[in-house]
Amino acid sequence: MTTLTAKDKDAVRTFWAKVSGKEEDIGTDAVARMLAVYPQTKTYFAHWKDLSPSSPSARKHGITVMKGVADAVSKIDDLKGGLLTLSELHAFTLRVDPANFKILSHCLLVVLSIKFPNDFTPEAHVALDKFLAAVALALAEKYR
Amino acid sequence: MVEWTDFERATIADIFSKIQYEVVGPAALARCLVVYPWTQRYFGNFGNLYNAAAISGNPMVAKHGTTILHGLDRAVKNMDDIKATYAELSVLHSEKLHVDPDNFKLLSDCLTIVVAAQLGKAFSGEVQAAFQKFLAVVVSALGRQYH
Repeated sequence: MTTLTAKDKDAVRTFWAKVSGKEEDIGTDAVARMLAVYPQTKTYFAHWKDLSPSSPSARKHGITVMKGVADAVSKIDDLKGGLLTLSELHAFTLRVDPANFKILSHCLLVVLSIKFPNDFTPEAHVALDKFLAAVALALAEKYR
Repeated sequence: MVEWTDFERATIADIFSKIQYEVVGPAALARCLVVYPWTQRYFGNFGNLYNAAAISGNPMVAKHGTTILHGLDRAVKNMDDIKATYAELSVLHSEKLHVDPDNFKLLSDCLTIVVAAQLGKAFSGEVQAAFQKFLAVVVSALGRQYH
């Protein structure tokens, strides 16, 4: 896809400053939504005792994912390099089909829209959508 | 035939009774044109679409956004036969407007995000699932007459 412009990066960093402190809630809500709206994603978590969107495993996973996204924001100037280890994890161990990155990104954006109805403007939306697409690309880097 | 649960029927009816078509429609279409700028290819005669502010303030975008929501209303009122309800619209989008059906999904995603902002916490995961299922059926019906 496209590279992030300086304007995109600024928009992402500015928006993310507002997110500060709410990461856990956002992450858990996004993963819960993903499991509820796209039940096929549950296939990756067959090892959980409880696959319901509000389960402790789902919550914990939401926090983990969000930590990764926050980390990506801090490494926005070099996502490929910065997310190398995570890419190897997703490529060789987790082997998540990259189509699912789009799904989770969408759920994340829905949560942001709910939590920040005034700040999640169309301009912020396009910057974050591009950013998440870039993160997904960096995560898929080591797949093949 | 699409099977709808009671929850899904009630949820769709509820959402569409709560949202203002002339607010949500324009906002969703504008967002689509900003977030996925290639969709602007279908609106060459809409005038100024040069930046997000221009798009959001464009009266033709607003009018068309409202038209789209009223179009969705037809599916809300005919949930048991959306395919037939949209047969003509499908032909229109394919034969006359020549819209790539992938765009329907892009607009759906923007609609979901705008409705989420409108409904706030009430837009739970279950509500979102019902809404996205509805939109998926609409998108499928709209793409059905393409050949």
